[in-house]
Amino acid sequence: MVTNLLPLRITDLELRRAGRRILGPISLTLEGRGITVVLGPNGSGKTSLLRAMHGLERLSAGRIDWACGEAVARARQAFVFQTPILMRRSVLDCIAYPLVLDGVGRRAARAAARAMADSVGLTGVALDAPASVLSGGERQKMALARALIRQPQILFLDEPCANLDNASTREIETVLLRESARGVRIVMSTHNVGQARRLADEIVFLFAGRLHEAAPAREFFAGPATPEARAHIAGDLPT
Amino acid sequence: MNDIVSGLTQAVRLIATLDANLVEISLRSLQVTLSATVIASALGLPLGAWLAVSRFRLRRVVIATLNALMGLPPVVVGLIVYVMLSRSGPLGVLGLLFTPTAMIIAQVIIITPIIASIAHQAIRELWADYHDLLISLHTTRAQRVATLLWDSRRALLTASLAGFGRAIGEVGAIMIVGGNIDHATRVLTTAIALETAKGDFAMALALGFVLIGLALAINLALHVLSGTERGSRW
Ligand SMILES: Nc1ncnc2c1ncn2[C@@H]1O[C@H](COP(=O)(O)OP(=O)(O)O)[C@@H](O)[C@H]1O
Ligand SMILES: [Mg+2]
Repeated sequence: MVTNLLPLRITDLELRRAGRRILGPISLTLEGRGITVVLGPNGSGKTSLLRAMHGLERLSAGRIDWACGEAVARARQAFVFQTPILMRRSVLDCIAYPLVLDGVGRRAARAAARAMADSVGLTGVALDAPASVLSGGERQKMALARALIRQPQILFLDEPCANLDNASTREIETVLLRESARGVRIVMSTHNVGQARRLADEIVFLFAGRLHEAAPAREFFAGPATPEARAHIAGDLPT
Repeated sequence: MNDIVSGLTQAVRLIATLDANLVEISLRSLQVTLSATVIASALGLPLGAWLAVSRFRLRRVVIATLNALMGLPPVVVGLIVYVMLSRSGPLGVLGLLFTPTAMIIAQVIIITPIIASIAHQAIRELWADYHDLLISLHTTRAQRVATLLWDSRRALLTASLAGFGRAIGEVGAIMIVGGNIDHATRVLTTAIALETAKGDFAMALALGFVLIGLALAINLALHVLSGTERGSRW
């Protein structure tokens, strides 16, 4: 898979909302491979940063530049929201939906969706039942399957395992590692240090809307650059 | 009292024997109102969807206008359509006055704002739910509208039925533009008005029962639909 979307360059990015700066200024470059984990406590700006990269937020200042054109970049990325967005459709039709948008026939799209449901471990559920009957973990898997079905080159995930039990978390992490090994570039957020340790090739540490550190995971965990990052890794509650 | 009792028995007999006149009028009512409902839905549903997903400067004005049009007295709609279609009016050459087509036009004007407004409400809610997903998936405006229309189809059917219910019982506008001509533009409501004025309570009551039956059927359908909407988890 050619990932010619990257590097992604973020330059002096700022988001201001309701008269308050909630993010930035941030300058950051995402290179072509691996899993980047955006780490930070609640309210540090992780969601805002991911959404801005994906083009869902109006920038108050700065720029976000893909290596290729904006339209091409948009078409080759997918986003898994923290709270999965359920359509009023069956599980299978939810997963197939992006393919249907691309003009794939319903039958072929549903066959692909079935295979994708299988591949993310969404098994043992009635795929023809309304998506709303799914449990929390199953909803995340559905959203993951829907995000993967267009074979994106970049996959954004916002706290994909918040509120999930250990078994579901492990299953989703397994899928993410597998997709990363297949060459999908993953950018995800979490406030969970354990998850960051298990998955990250690179850590982007945010605190109070500021970028504290962007470093290879090994380096970050061996010697965090700021007291806030050190406290977060240690699990201390900041005062 | 006697009039009413004999009227009732005769009404039941008219319905039971499928009186030709009664059937003709009932079918014409259905034909006019169904046509109006289909046309008004074809206009109102996409309009509602478009208003829900678009942002343009006059959006609020259009929505306010729509809401104002919902309150338009049907008699005034009839008057306006009459003026437009009358021989000296701008559309007089079409020769539509006192035809079922004129009645359909009047009903379309009356119920399109209702259908559009209900659809707008339903689709705006769904759009709030779907917004981030549809933006993230890089959908075109047309794809968004199509998706929202499809996924809110039950609510939209409810909107159409509400329009139908309003149109089937309407009398003022179609009386003016249709003229209540026997075997041409006479429908349930205008026939009831006429038979009552003539003192033929049997026919008036029979027509009334059919109208009530239709209205009840619509309300029942609405109830079932909105019930399943809430009850099921779609
Ligand atoms: N649209 C908005 N208007 C005002 N404040 C916002 C808005 N979006 C996010 N915020 C604020 O910005 C901060 C960062 O939010 P978020 O990116 O969701 O953080 P995280 O995902 O790390 O928990 C929070 O304090 C949040 O309340
Ligand atoms: Mg968040």
